[in-house]
Amino acid sequence: MPISQGDLEASIRNVIPITHLEIIDQSSGCGENYAIFVVSDAFEGKTTLARHRFINDILKKEIALMHAFSQKTLTPKQWEAQQAKATAA
Amino acid sequence: MLRTALRASHLQRGVMRTPLLAPSSLTIARRFISQETRAKIQDAVNSTPVVLFMKGTPDAPQCGFSRATVQILDLQGVPPEKLKTFNVLEDAELRTAIKEFSEWPTIPQVYVNGEFVGGCDIILGMHQSGELETLLEKQGVIPPIEGDAKASS
Repeated sequence: MPISQGDLEASIRNVIPITHLEIIDQSSGCGENYAIFVVSDAFEGKTTLARHRFINDILKKEIALMHAFSQKTLTPKQWEAQQAKATAA
Repeated sequence: MLRTALRASHLQRGVMRTPLLAPSSLTIARRFISQETRAKIQDAVNSTPVVLFMKGTPDAPQCGFSRATVQILDLQGVPPEKLKTFNVLEDAELRTAIKEFSEWPTIPQVYVNGEFVGGCDIILGMHQSGELETLLEKQGVIPPIEGDAKASS
């Protein structure tokens, strides 16, 4: 069952403050395969496992309908550091 | 295709091979796994230092995420005798139950000494950051590198 990018985005934005959000449809059309990249203050002080569980919980219904789901979660500080590193390289 | 067949016929479910879970557990409610099922999965994750629930087998993975996870465990040098894998595609009940057990919606799933570590994204991230190596060393799965392990960074 296809899930729209907009629905995913709304579900996440409803629950946590978002610094940066990328939702990539990797399904080539069927809408069942998404990769998301979330940068949020809400992840501060949480382990990666806890962050992923948090997102899994927010998107529980949607993920159950998907074929594949992948995520990356950073705090704004980590994201800045990553960008700085990328620029320097 | 397997899934479709299972949905189509309940008769088929009875004859499915269930390497980990006994056929009797097929009758349990789908949403919440029984204490019995939970105990069996707990025994399975405790049976070997590293346990991987995946789609397919290490030699023939049937999903890109499972393949990547197998490759990472291989790169880390996890010895074969310390790794046990379960193919959830061969066991419809396990495929559902493992998600309830760990409260994790996707497969693959990696356990180290009975503790859930994560799925493909987390294993890949930990591999890249060096955390996975540290964890496997601390848990006695792989030997620490001779001399100062930190010297390589």
